[in-house]
Amino acid sequence: MLDIKIPIGLMFTILGVLLTIYGFATISNTAMYAKSFGININLWSGFGMLIFGLIMLALTRINKRK
Amino acid sequence: MEIFQLEWIDYTVMIIYFAFILGIGWVLKRYMKDASAFLEAGRSMPAWVAGLAFISTNLGALEVMGMTGSGAKYGMLVTHFYWIGAIPAMVFLAMFMMPFYYGSKARSVPEYLKLRFDEKTRGLNAILFAIMTILASGISMYALALLMEKVLGWDFNVSLVMSAAIVLGYTYLGGLSSAIYNEVLQFFIIVIGLLPIVFLGLHEVGGWHGLQEGLAPIVTAKGYAADAYTSTWKYTGSATANPLGVEWYGIFGGLGFVLSFGYWCTNFLIVQRAMSAESTTAARNTPLIGAIPKMFIPFLIIVPGVVALVLMNNPTTGFTIPSMANGQPNYDLTIIMLLKHYLPAGVLGLGLTALLASFMSGMAGNVSAFNTVWTYDIYQSYIRPATNDKEADSKHYLKVGRLATIFGVLISIAAAYLAGLFGNIMDFLQTIFSMINAPLFAVIFLGMFWKRTTGHAAFIGLLTGFAVALLHHGLTVPAGATTLVKGGWITVLHIYPVEMAQTFWTAIYACASSTIVTVFVSFITKQQKNNSELTGLVYSLTPKLKEGNVIWYKRSSTLAIFVLALVTTLTILFW
Repeated sequence: MLDIKIPIGLMFTILGVLLTIYGFATISNTAMYAKSFGININLWSGFGMLIFGLIMLALTRINKRK
Repeated sequence: MEIFQLEWIDYTVMIIYFAFILGIGWVLKRYMKDASAFLEAGRSMPAWVAGLAFISTNLGALEVMGMTGSGAKYGMLVTHFYWIGAIPAMVFLAMFMMPFYYGSKARSVPEYLKLRFDEKTRGLNAILFAIMTILASGISMYALALLMEKVLGWDFNVSLVMSAAIVLGYTYLGGLSSAIYNEVLQFFIIVIGLLPIVFLGLHEVGGWHGLQEGLAPIVTAKGYAADAYTSTWKYTGSATANPLGVEWYGIFGGLGFVLSFGYWCTNFLIVQRAMSAESTTAARNTPLIGAIPKMFIPFLIIVPGVVALVLMNNPTTGFTIPSMANGQPNYDLTIIMLLKHYLPAGVLGLGLTALLASFMSGMAGNVSAFNTVWTYDIYQSYIRPATNDKEADSKHYLKVGRLATIFGVLISIAAAYLAGLFGNIMDFLQTIFSMINAPLFAVIFLGMFWKRTTGHAAFIGLLTGFAVALLHHGLTVPAGATTLVKGGWITVLHIYPVEMAQTFWTAIYACASSTIVTVFVSFITKQQKNNSELTGLVYSLTPKLKEGNVIWYKRSSTLAIFVLALVTTLTILFW
């Protein structure tokens, strides 16, 4: 059976990379982040998702070795 | 109503998500070789996967939107739905009921009723369940399409057909496994998609203490104590001191016991997730593992609602909730307005994806429960019974299960249009749901723990409970009700301060009458099943489960103690 950690890991890694890049691209756009009190929420969310995605993918590897 | 202006990045996030859910279905397709794989996920799910799917099924969009709205309406008291409602019921299901559901080898809750009681009890439950799940799925679709039309400006018909097509796509391909995998994916996307709102909301009001201070003037103006909206049990001594309008014993008995146990322990949609687990221990651990994230969900969906209450009373924040026709704020839109208030392009797409995801998994959950009950409990029981050729049977039922999936989605679409024609149908169905579950819990509970309970008694008990619930609903009404759907269609004998109080007491009366009648009829009718037929189905006739070979921290009893300790801590912290 397909290990569910693979799609979860892949999806959040892709979304994480996407939002991190978007966060960097919009980093000087202060009007856009006025809503979120100047916090670049895309960068933070993207980074968080990337870490989560990579952890999931790493866990898949560890399981396989067992 | 304002429309979100979505940008390419938001659409990209959505498209990636949809590509993954369809992709999962496509990859799982090659494992769908027989009916068991398709309809029962081959009983192969690890406990953590089944556990997350278990709570995810319930975390539909109507739940998310409703709970955030209730947070704005009633404050932290809504956590009762979790800490005294869901969690104890989930622990009970795991410790005392799962061994019989799973151990009996029943493939559905109606089938358990057939094994424990008789054919008519199963038939009654199966048919009601099949109708209800399809209608629920239709309502989910209707709400989704309506939301997309109003909020995103998409065409209603296109939204409806598109979402139905996606759900059909992955449930047709990968069956229950696909539904479960996608529920796990949905769980993570909901948590991650909504976290920014919790974070930014608490940031704006100045943290938990800022929230309490901000609430004080608003809440005292409503006539409650200053901390009534941030307490849970403190003001439940009298019904008028808390916004829910229910005393502690009403909450404890109605919500904590009857409604929650009825929902979490007997609803096949939920129990099916635990039945898909790989072993008896995994099946018991499913609700327990689910309970751990479940008890923190209030912070994700109720706390933002409470934050919204502060924001909407402070004009400088610029936060508003659109009004309904009667001038009251439309609290169901709270979460949408929070998304709009806080999220810039990018994370906005993520938040909306979380909401769309929860709508779709709600539909997929209903469809995957429907096709199992249809195939095993209706088709196999009444239309084409199993033959001696097991292999050919399994192929045949796989085909029927697949067709039922298509059929189920098509009737859901019809039900969605029906919901659009009759605005009250949603309220009506929610009322009916609460009437069916409470008596069912009484009957299954008696069946599991009292071997004298007979089939005739179960059948009559179910009908009585349902009739009493209807009668109670027909004789009482919540204050300010304008339609007969809310109750009082016979005559009004009692007026409840809020609708929730009426729902609680309807369930309490239904459960109590069902219990009394089932016990009474059991004494005057003859038990049709002998002890060997009841082994594995009734507590006193089933050998005790031994957990000695399971490592201590994976034992259900250890997990259950941990869950209960954790929920007690939360309750005390937010007393």
